[in-house]
Amino acid sequence: MRALSALFGRELSLAWGRGGGPLLALAFYAAVATLLPLASGREPERLAAIAPGVAWLALALSALLSLERLFERDYEDGALDLLSLGPIPLEAVAAIKCLAQWLATGAPLALAAPVAAIALGAPPAAAPLLFACALIGGLAFAFVGGLGASLALGSRRGGLLIAVIVLPLFAPPVIFGAGALSSLTAGLPWTGGFLLLCAYSTAAVGLSPFAMAAACRNALS
Amino acid sequence: MITALKIGGLALSRGERALFSGLDLSVSAGEAVSLVGRNGAGKTSLLRAIAGLLRPTAGTIGFEGPDGALDPQDARVGGLHMVGHHDGLKPGRTAREELQFQADWTGGGDIDEAVRALDLNRLLDLEVRRLSAGQRRRVALARLLAAPRTLWLLDEPMAPLDAGHRRGLGEAMTRHIAGGGMIVAAVHDPLPIPARDVQVGA
Repeated sequence: MRALSALFGRELSLAWGRGGGPLLALAFYAAVATLLPLASGREPERLAAIAPGVAWLALALSALLSLERLFERDYEDGALDLLSLGPIPLEAVAAIKCLAQWLATGAPLALAAPVAAIALGAPPAAAPLLFACALIGGLAFAFVGGLGASLALGSRRGGLLIAVIVLPLFAPPVIFGAGALSSLTAGLPWTGGFLLLCAYSTAAVGLSPFAMAAACRNALS
Repeated sequence: MITALKIGGLALSRGERALFSGLDLSVSAGEAVSLVGRNGAGKTSLLRAIAGLLRPTAGTIGFEGPDGALDPQDARVGGLHMVGHHDGLKPGRTAREELQFQADWTGGGDIDEAVRALDLNRLLDLEVRRLSAGQRRRVALARLLAAPRTLWLLDEPMAPLDAGHRRGLGEAMTRHIAGGGMIVAAVHDPLPIPARDVQVGA
């Protein structure tokens, strides 16, 4: 469908350029992943123990980066008016925006996460699971983040408000992912945490577009 | 396809402030309407309400097709364009990319004729941030021609345009009206085509 592909292409190119795009997100991720171990002591054994968790938490923080502009720009410059008069319902528009955000920042970060974890001393065997968690969890971060971004539309200091709305909602995926990772490194069964993470992401992808569209309509009127 | 717009007993408010109430307006195919009134009277809000972006406090906004009343949401999505001060053009993308997107999104595709009619050829490869206000407005107006829809809602369409391009837009409006289109425009200067004046606000 022509309108759908036009929208997706545009959103992807906007997400790629938004807030510095993937490069800035990666730089921020590297900075956080470096700072956290500095604060927790430099013994290799201790670092190795927390490495997957650090790589995972830094991911959640990096996901916050460009959320403020996800809907705010379109709201301010009138593009949201245009988007709500298109052939595709606003729910799908919101989902496409989040999907593009995930492809432009979440996916590059998912590639960086295992590298950071191994650099901090995590066993290389944890890398595939960390990559999978980052990819699937990143989807949840993008959609839940989009929910926060749409709720903060039109408010001053929206960026802070988004973080306050979104960070508590990031808690479950952070816990599930970290649980799976620490189970794996401890040699315990890890599928439980991983499946819960998948379930959370599915719910976020399925439900948040409706809330985002409602929040956008509310902000427009 | 919208053949008539019927507004009855419409009241709008922004926040706590009531803009106007009891507005009746009907526009039929081949008709142009100028909304006139002082600044802040609610002309832009009326256009946004017709586009379904603003919920009225009272009254109805209905669309009719050849076979009777249309579902308002369907009618809007396929049948109306709104071009206002906020044009939704992204500063970092080229005029061509933005125009092509807006045309694709609103159900058109081929932008060549719109580019010719609004004299956009030399602007297409520039980033939107490099365009003047008038040039931006022409890029935004181009989707009216690139994606044919019956009802045009225009907010001060002429304001930033120079005399030559006002004439060009006037000709495009004349063709649209002659083809059974409808125009509702909020203006301070008169439209360059015969139009019925409707006073908004007291």
